[in-house]
Formats: sequence, C-alpha cells, structure tokens
Amino acid sequence: MTLTRRDALGLAAGTVAFLTFGGKLAFAAAEETAAAISAFTGGKEPATGKITLDAPEIAENGNTVPVGVTVESPMTADDHVVSVMILAEGNPNPQVATFNFTLMSGTAEAKTRIRLAKTQNVVAIAKMSDGSTYIDKKEVKVTIGGCGG
Amino acid sequence: MADAKPRVKVPKTAAKGEVITLKTLISHQMESGQRKDKEGKTIPRQIINKFTCEYNGQPVFSCDLDPAVSANPYLEFTAKVEESGTFKFTWVDDDGSIYTAENELKVE
Repeated sequence: MTLTRRDALGLAAGTVAFLTFGGKLAFAAAEETAAAISAFTGGKEPATGKITLDAPEIAENGNTVPVGVTVESPMTADDHVVSVMILAEGNPNPQVATFNFTLMSGTAEAKTRIRLAKTQNVVAIAKMSDGSTYIDKKEVKVTIGGCGG
Repeated sequence: MADAKPRVKVPKTAAKGEVITLKTLISHQMESGQRKDKEGKTIPRQIINKFTCEYNGQPVFSCDLDPAVSANPYLEFTAKVEESGTFKFTWVDDDGSIYTAENELKVE
C-alpha cells in the first residue's frame, strides 16, 4: 500500500483530532475533580496531614478496590470530623462516596470497596468541625478497569 | 430490586464506652449507568445512593454513595456505645425502595 499525499494529510488530521479530543477529556476530569474538591471545602485549599487514605498500590480488578480512610481526631464536641469525601480522578464521574461521621462514631474510620476505570489517583478529603480540611492522595494501578465499557 | 439482602456484622456485647467496629454489606448490582447491553443501549443507573446507621434513634454514621461504589456495597465503620440498644441500618435505592436491618447490642 502506498500512501498518497492526500491519505497522509487525512491521517495526520485524524491523529490531531484524536489527540485534542483525548486530551480534553482528561483535562475535564481533572477540572471536575478540582471543582468537587472546592465545593466540598468551600473554596479553601485543603492542608496535608491528619487524614490517611489506605488503598492498594496495584489493584488487579478495578471492579472492587478496597479503600479505607482514617482521620486523626479526638471526636469530641469541639473537635471532630464531620465528613470525608472520596474522589477518583480518572473515573467518568470523580465522585465515589462521602462518609458522614457523628460523635457517636467514636473514631473517624471507614472502609468500603470502589470501582476504578483505570490507573489513577484516589483522593480523600476530610472536613473538620472547625471548617478546616485535610487531603490525602494515592495512586492506584489498575490492571482490569471496572466500568464495564 | 426485591432481592437486595442486607447483612450486618455487629458484636453481641460490648463494654461501656467501647468503640466497636460494624461491618455491613447489601447484595445489590449497583448498576452504574455507564454499561451498555448487547444492543448498545445504555443500561439505566440503579444504585443504593444513601446508607445510614442509627443507635437508639441517634445518628451514628451515614454515607452518600455514587456509582463508583462496587456492586454489593460494603461499608465498615465504628460506633462508640454507652448503653444497650438497637442499631438500625437503612439503605436507600434509586427507585425509592428502602432496605433495613436491625441488630441488638448488650452493653455490660
């Protein structure tokens, strides 16, 4: 097969279109994640520390990835964790789950199993009773995606 | 979905002021709304979108779930107990169905 000039041009245009489209999708997801974070924190930049996100480094099956969060807190009336939001940057929708704690929770610890479409960062953000927010991030490598494409 | 079956694991007894771990699971397909059937039509979303746990009518823990939570959603969390009572677990389905489970706990 010989490649004529017209074919080559068409191919090049197609590649450019594909790259732009693909790039835009990834960008939209990152922006959506940032939007979800700022909606949760009220526009403030979350600090690091206090919250620990526990997720496997490699998840063979993206359909069930065990994740856990632990937030250091005395869980008293003046100082407790209100909620923790979990986000997956590379999923079609970044929202995964939001845990709401009360004083009767005793600790701010929770575990669940989530779906991950591909290798990506999982983000956990904690909101404290005084309004401060803390963030932790972890990259999870996914062998088989869990969105049933 | 009528066959959603909740399962909970709660210790039978606890000491006063003890922080106990509760494990819950409900059988549910958590249809994400992203999948397509053989004809290429999108299968509509149907998930459990809310879970709550109460102890003697007081809220202990709740969770808002999105389609990224796995099928048969599993949740593990803690509760601090001061007196004997009953845990009430509630799962809310997208179609409005509500599934509940109750569990007694004796504080010694």
